[in-house]
Amino acid sequence: MTTPADLVCKDLTKDFDNFRAVDQVSFEVPQGSFFSILGPSGCGKTTLLRMIAGFQFPTSGDLLIKGKSMIDVGPSKRPVSMVFQHLALFPMMNIGKNVGFGLRQRGVPAAEIKTRVGRVLERVGLPGIEDRQVDQLSGGQKQRVAIARCMVLEPDVLLLDEPLGALDLKLREHMKIELKSLQAEFNTTFVYITHDQSEALVMSDNIAVMNKGRFDQIGTAKELYYEPANAFVAGFVGDANKFSGKVTGIDGQHVTITTNGGATLSAHAMNSAPTIGADAQIFVRPEAIALSKVAPPDSEKASAHIVDSVLFNGANSMVLLRDPQSGETLQVTLPQSGDLLGLGKGDTVFARWDPAQARCFATEGA
Amino acid sequence: MTDRSKLGFYLLLMPLMLWLITLIILPHIGLFMVSISEKIGVREYETGLGNYAVFFNEPLYWRTFARTAFMSIFTTILTLVLGFPVAYYIAKLTRGRTKTTLFLMCLIPFWVSELVRTFGWMILLRETGVLSNFLQYTGVIGGPVEFLYNDGAIMVGLVYTSILFMIVPLVTTLDSLDDSLIEAGYDLGGSGYSIMREIVIPHATPGIVSGCIVVFMLSLGNYLTPILLGGKDSLWFTGLIYTQFITRFNWELGSAFGFLLLALSSTIVFLGLKLSRQSLTETMGR
Amino acid sequence: MKLGLASTTVLVAALSTTSLSADTLRLLTWGGYAPEDVIALFEAETGHTVEVTTSNNEEMIAKLRATNGGGFDLAQPSQDRIASAQEEFGIYKPLDMSMVDAAQFIPSMMEATAANTTYEGEVYGLPHVWGTSGLVVNTAEAGQVTDYTDLCDESVAGSVSYRLKRPTLIGFAYAMGLDPFAAYSDADAYQGILDEVEAALIECKPNVKTYWDGGDEIKNLLRSGEVVAAMAWDTGGWQLNADNADITFVAPEAGALGWIDTFVLPARGRADEAAYDWINFVMRPEIASMITNTAGNFTAAVDGDAEVSAELKARYQGSFDQAAIDNIKWYPPVPAGLEALEGATLDRINASN
Repeated sequence: MTTPADLVCKDLTKDFDNFRAVDQVSFEVPQGSFFSILGPSGCGKTTLLRMIAGFQFPTSGDLLIKGKSMIDVGPSKRPVSMVFQHLALFPMMNIGKNVGFGLRQRGVPAAEIKTRVGRVLERVGLPGIEDRQVDQLSGGQKQRVAIARCMVLEPDVLLLDEPLGALDLKLREHMKIELKSLQAEFNTTFVYITHDQSEALVMSDNIAVMNKGRFDQIGTAKELYYEPANAFVAGFVGDANKFSGKVTGIDGQHVTITTNGGATLSAHAMNSAPTIGADAQIFVRPEAIALSKVAPPDSEKASAHIVDSVLFNGANSMVLLRDPQSGETLQVTLPQSGDLLGLGKGDTVFARWDPAQARCFATEGA
Repeated sequence: MTDRSKLGFYLLLMPLMLWLITLIILPHIGLFMVSISEKIGVREYETGLGNYAVFFNEPLYWRTFARTAFMSIFTTILTLVLGFPVAYYIAKLTRGRTKTTLFLMCLIPFWVSELVRTFGWMILLRETGVLSNFLQYTGVIGGPVEFLYNDGAIMVGLVYTSILFMIVPLVTTLDSLDDSLIEAGYDLGGSGYSIMREIVIPHATPGIVSGCIVVFMLSLGNYLTPILLGGKDSLWFTGLIYTQFITRFNWELGSAFGFLLLALSSTIVFLGLKLSRQSLTETMGR
Repeated sequence: MKLGLASTTVLVAALSTTSLSADTLRLLTWGGYAPEDVIALFEAETGHTVEVTTSNNEEMIAKLRATNGGGFDLAQPSQDRIASAQEEFGIYKPLDMSMVDAAQFIPSMMEATAANTTYEGEVYGLPHVWGTSGLVVNTAEAGQVTDYTDLCDESVAGSVSYRLKRPTLIGFAYAMGLDPFAAYSDADAYQGILDEVEAALIECKPNVKTYWDGGDEIKNLLRSGEVVAAMAWDTGGWQLNADNADITFVAPEAGALGWIDTFVLPARGRADEAAYDWINFVMRPEIASMITNTAGNFTAAVDGDAEVSAELKARYQGSFDQAAIDNIKWYPPVPAGLEALEGATLDRINASN
C-alpha cells in the first residue's frame, strides 16, 4: 500500500456482560476514503464506532490512527471527531459557539476561532449564520453545522453515526450526495455507519457488511452487490429474490436446486459448491430477470408466472409475480417501455434469468 | 367560544379562583390591614405605618432580618453544591432500578415529620450525642464537644430538610440532557470542567433556579429547625414573627413583619432570576 | 289520634332533652390536665364527648383571639393572664357561680382566683391546677445553686439553661432583691426593675448553654447531664427525680413563682352546660387525684391530694418546707401592656453579644 492507512483495527473485540458485541473485527481505512459499516440494528456497528471514538474500551485487540495506538487515549485526546445520530448540537449555544467549541477547548485565540469558524461554515455552504440559534435551522442545515463543528478541528478521521436517520426521505437523498461531496472537499477519512444499504452504496469507497459482531465482507459497492461473500450479504445488500431448496445437480460452479415448492432453478455458486442433497439458497436480483409476454424460443429456461400486482414507481417500478405451480413469488424490475407497459393483474408473463447472474449459497447452519 | 364552552371554562376556573381568593388574597388583605393599624391603647387602634417604623428603628429586628436572608442564601448555595453531584449521579450515572432506589433513599427522611428529623440531628450533634461520643472514642477530641446550638447546626438542619427539593428538579432537568451532548463535548476535546460549565450547567439552569427558589423559600420560612438547633444568638425572622403574634399578643407588628418577609423573599427571588437570566414562567413552567 | 299526638310530644321532648344534655365539650387545656381515663369516666357518666386540644398560655389566648373567643367551650389559662386578655380582646364570658359546686374548691384558692380574674365586676376564672417554677438542679454537680442568680455563677458556666420569657425576668428580679409584682401597677418603676434585670441577664448570657423552649427539651438537657441547673417547672424536676435521685426541684431562696391554671369560658363557647359538668366532675377528690398523678401538680380540689401517689407527695415535701410554701410569689394579674415592656427587654437580651 502506498499511502499509510488512517485507521487500522486489529482483532478488535468488545464483550458485554452476557454477549459479545464486536467479535475480532479487523480492517484498514486508507487516507481520504469514505468507509461505511453497514449492518442491521444490533449488529455491533455502534459499539465499534464508539470504540473508535473512545467512549468504549475494547476487551481485546488494537486500534491505530495514523499508526499510533489509541487504546490508552481518552475521547477528548483522539484525533477523531464524531457526528452523532441526533447530531448533538448544543442547544444552549448559538451556531458560532457550537462550531467554535472544540477550538475553545484547545485554547485557540478568540480572533482565530472567529475566522476559522467563519471559514468552515463557508465551506459547508452556510456562511454568516454564527449568531443563529440551533432551533432556527432546518434539518439539512443542522447536519452541515454538525459536520462543520467536527471539521473545524481538522480531525484525521470523521466518524458518522447514522446522521441521516432523522431526516425525511427527500432530504436524505439530497444529503447523501452532499455528504459525499463534502468528504471530497475536505479530503478527510470518513467512517460512516448505517443500516440503510442505499446510503452505504451511494457514498462509500469501501463498505464493510457487519452481522452479529463480525465483518462478513469488505469491498466496494459493486463487489458487495455482484459478488456477495455469503447469503447474508446477498440478502442484505440490495434487493434480491430468495429461494430455498435442495441441491439436485452440480456442474462445476453451476448449481441446480429444487425449491420446496417444486420449481427447478439454477445459479452460480460463489464459494465452494454445495453437495447434492444439501440445503441451499438462490438469490436473484430483480433487475437480472428478463420478462416477455410470449414464451421465448428456448422455453425450458423460462417459466410462466401470473402477475400478482404492479408496483408503479416511475423508473423504479416493480411487478410481483407468482409461480402458479410452486406458489413462490418473484419481484422483478418492470421496464416502463415496450409491450410490458400495459401489464396488469392476472396477466401471464414469462420470466427467465441467466444462471451466471444468480447466486447460490449453502444454507448456513444446515 | 360558544356560550356553553365559556361556561365550562369558568366552571373549571372556579376552584382555582376560590382557592386563590379565599386562601391567599383575602388573608393577605386582612393581614395587611392589621399591619397598618397602630395600637394606641386598650382596644384602640389607628391607621399608620408605625409598625413598619418599629422594624427599621429596632436594630435587633432588621439585623435578624438580614441575618435570616444571608443564612438562607448561604443554605441555598450549600444545598446546590451538595445536591448537584447527587442529582448528577442519579440522573446520568445510574439506570433503572438503582436510579429508583437512590431516588427513594433521598425521600426516606421525608416519611417522618420535620420535628422528628430535627430531633434526630439533636441526638447526633448534642454534647452527649453520637458525633461527640464517636470523636472521643476515636481520640480526635479529648472531651465532649457541643456541636448543637450554633449557626452551623442550623445550616446542617436546613440543608438536610431542603436538599430533596433541590435534587428533584435537578434530576428532572439533568435527565432531559441528552447523553450524546456530553459525549460530543468530550469528543470535541472538552475537559470535564468545561463540559460541566458550558453544557451541563447551562442546560440545568432552569432546574437549578427552581430548586434554589424552593430551597430559599423553605429556609427563609423555616421555624422549627433554627429554633431547635440554634443557640442563644441564633435568631430567625420567623421566630420573631411567632413571638410577636403569640407571646407578645402584638399582631400588628407581627403582620408588618410578615409583609416584610414576603417583600424580602420576593425581592431576592426576583434578583436571583435577573442574575441567572431566567424568567419565572420558564423556570416554573417545566 | 289523641294518644298519637301525646306520644309524639313525648318523643320530641325526649329528643330535645337528650340533645340538650349530651354535648361535645371542646377543651383547650395543658398536657396532662385531661387524662384519657378521666375523659372515659366523664363520658360514661354524662354522655358528653370531650375533644382535647393541648396548648400553653400564650397560644390559648392567641387561638381564642383569632376566633373572638370561639372554637372552644372551656379553656384553662393561668389566672394572671385572664383579666388583661379580657380587657384587650374580650375573649371570655363571666362564670355563672350557681352552676359550680363551690364546696369542692379550697376556699382560699377560689377566693384568690376570683379576685385576680375579676373584670368590670364579673368573675371569669375558677382555680384548677397550681404549681410553681423555680430551679431544677442536679444536686450532685451543682448543689451550690440555690437561687435564680446562682445560675450566673462561674462554677456552672456553660451548663445552665433558662427560658427567655417573663418568668425569668421576674425570678431574677426577686433574687436581686427587687419586688416586681409590687411594681406591676407602676410602669416606670417596673421599667426600672426590668433595666436592672436586663443588665444582669446580659452579663449572665455567656453562662447559658441554650435558652430552652419546650419542657421535653430542658428535661433532655438535664437528664443527659449537659445542663446541671436550670430554671424550670416543679413537675419537670420531680419527673427527673424519679429517674435520677440527684436531680430535683429546688424552691429558690427568693421564692418559687406560683401559678394557678384556671377554668374560663370562651366568649363564644357553645356547650356551657358540658363545661360546668366537666368542672364539677374533675374537682371531685378522686378525679383530682387522678389528674395530679398524670400532670404532676396539685389541684385546688378539697382533699384532692388524698389518693395522690406517695412518691409524688414525698418529692413535693422534699422541695417545699413550710417556709418555702409561705415564700411562694403568686403571680398577680398582669396589667395590659406590661408584656410590651418585657418584650422589649427580652429582645435586647437576645440581641446582646
